[in-house]
Amino acid sequence: MKTGAKVLIEGLLRQGTKTIFGYPGGVVLPIYDVLYDSPLQHILVRHEQAAAHAADGYARASGRVGVCLATSGPGACNLVTGIATAYMDSIPVVALTGQVPTSLLGNDAFQESDIHGITMPITKHNYLVTRAEDLPQVIAEAFYIASTGRPGPVLIDLPKDVSTGEVPDEIEFPTSVNLRGYQPTVKGHPRQIERAAELLTKAERPLLYVGGGTILSGAEQELLALAERLGAPVTTTLMGLGAICGDHPLNLGMLGMHGTAYANYAVTECDLLVAIGARFDDRVTGRIETFAPNAQVIHIDVDPAEIGKNKSVDVPIVGDVRHVLAQLISRLPAGSKTGPWLARIDQWRAIHPLTIRDDGLLHPQYVVRTLSELLDGEGVIVSEVGQNQMWAAQHFCFKKPRSWITSGGLGTMGYGLPAAMGACFARPGEQVVLIAGDGSLQMNIQEFGTIAQYRIPVKVVVLNNGFLGMVRQWQELFYEHRYAYTELPPVNFVGIARAYGIDGMVVEECGEVREALRTAIAHDGPFVVDVHVEREENVFPMVPAGAAINEMIGSRL
Amino acid sequence: MKQHTLSVLVENRAGVLSRVTGLFSRRGFNIESLAVGTCEEEGTSRITIVVFGDDREVEQVIKQLNKLIDVIKVSDLTERARVERELALIKVSADPGGTRAEVMQIATIFRSQVIDVGSKTVTLEVTGDSDKIDALQRLLVPYGIRELYRTGRIAVLRGQKTVKSEK
Repeated sequence: MKTGAKVLIEGLLRQGTKTIFGYPGGVVLPIYDVLYDSPLQHILVRHEQAAAHAADGYARASGRVGVCLATSGPGACNLVTGIATAYMDSIPVVALTGQVPTSLLGNDAFQESDIHGITMPITKHNYLVTRAEDLPQVIAEAFYIASTGRPGPVLIDLPKDVSTGEVPDEIEFPTSVNLRGYQPTVKGHPRQIERAAELLTKAERPLLYVGGGTILSGAEQELLALAERLGAPVTTTLMGLGAICGDHPLNLGMLGMHGTAYANYAVTECDLLVAIGARFDDRVTGRIETFAPNAQVIHIDVDPAEIGKNKSVDVPIVGDVRHVLAQLISRLPAGSKTGPWLARIDQWRAIHPLTIRDDGLLHPQYVVRTLSELLDGEGVIVSEVGQNQMWAAQHFCFKKPRSWITSGGLGTMGYGLPAAMGACFARPGEQVVLIAGDGSLQMNIQEFGTIAQYRIPVKVVVLNNGFLGMVRQWQELFYEHRYAYTELPPVNFVGIARAYGIDGMVVEECGEVREALRTAIAHDGPFVVDVHVEREENVFPMVPAGAAINEMIGSRL
Repeated sequence: MKQHTLSVLVENRAGVLSRVTGLFSRRGFNIESLAVGTCEEEGTSRITIVVFGDDREVEQVIKQLNKLIDVIKVSDLTERARVERELALIKVSADPGGTRAEVMQIATIFRSQVIDVGSKTVTLEVTGDSDKIDALQRLLVPYGIRELYRTGRIAVLRGQKTVKSEK
């Protein structure tokens, strides 16, 4: 006989799990005891939220399922923000939580919380296991559900007596999973593909609007082939950055609230919009009624519920982006007629480029651009949330998919540092650089402890402006400069890093930026660069909330 | 905006009803009525849900329901030939020497059964579509309805077709 805990770890190993992020506690002791001499690498975080974010960052950087583990009650509850973050961005994570023994369930036992109920709306699916012998099936299903179709987090709640319960040694692990209620569509419907091909062939001003689904699907080659065959410009969402090389001539960069002016104008003027693994989020569309007003719309998504949710669609195609694009490409004649359209876009591009002021002051955008030059598209950039995130999205030239990790849908401050840790384990030997703000960094700054303990080689670049910058920007623009509770007192980040045993340096002059970043990149191990940037810099262009996306402010009209 | 009758076939697992109702509240959809019970196949249940909304909203409801792993199939019966039934149990004041005869007479007209009698009440059981039960209820109000229990609506397609056999 063997215990449920043993079956659990065996199940994880069979799924190919190598690293898990976790934090021990009472009811997961049986699991930790098995972990102690298992080949599974366990990374001890300093707060369970970080375990969830690290598993999420691991998944985004690798394309594999990330795994985190927490104890019952507070441990499980601390995972919630991380699970919700993964859910909003469709990231495959399996979250394991301990639970009080089944005999005490519902009794308000010590450290009991109904995490199964709590996470129902923020997981793709979840389980409360009540018998140890169910574990092989549940683990197989959880990984299958998390990683297929539209990916997402799955939680498995494990009462202590399930972990200690005994099952026969020869218990079987399923080799495949078949769920009646879950049959994701992979290939696009031939009739819709036909209709889409017709529209694409006719379009004079096509625009590909590319979201994170394209990266999740691994469709970058198909996307490139489609864009080049049609001569169609490509704009990506925040989550889609890296789906096409940032310096490709057809790339217009990001669209939406802080998108490039030329991408937003292209949306407004295009006659055919092809949404590819994107979901017409409000930060992308602005006022939805005025989004792509002149265009017919083709929407490709693996999740049928996204199609027609926010915007009516002329040709819906349910299926995996990579398969659907391949189906489409084979039906399109070569040779494009988009010359005049691209010329028009190039005019906008010339008039409204993304610029930074060259006045000798230390602008945060300059830091991002310099980092972009130094890394030249290699490695992984992780961001926190807020201005730092938008500047990174705008000014870093992403050249490959999975080179950009950010909390898009939920916008979780404190995501970046633990996610960067996860990325380091997913991509050993590659540069992982966190672009942080001083506000966000302090939301999970305790993870310096984890980084120091395992010498996780994260390079942290703090765009330190002493403000909760994005909120301050809104207060400046829309609340008459009334900076209500957004100013942060100076923090000695390098001092904090050093206290944990991590090296770092402060940068206060524009001229020191390049050298400091070089030092960080060359440094063997984690490093913190605390850059004191212009305090009241704004992220422009900007579409005010509720405006049409061609109504930007700060784009030098 | 109109009523839609949805037939939802689900795996009979712990929490499945909570997933379905949670989805409605979270996404701001209104449930007019809901009836759950086991069905012809062991391990599965059928939930009949009546929702009020425009076609786009209801389409979104159906798509979101379909995303739940434990939901096997969702069918919109609204435009289909079907039979719908609700059940009501109504305890109504009825004095032996006074109104009892009238109440019994109304019950007969509605083909409802008297399932219990008290010294000053009778309890009626009635099945039918919503309109019929509404009508009976209205007629009984003047006599004094002590308690009223109504189930959610259930519905079945007419003819040989079954919800399950359809693609």
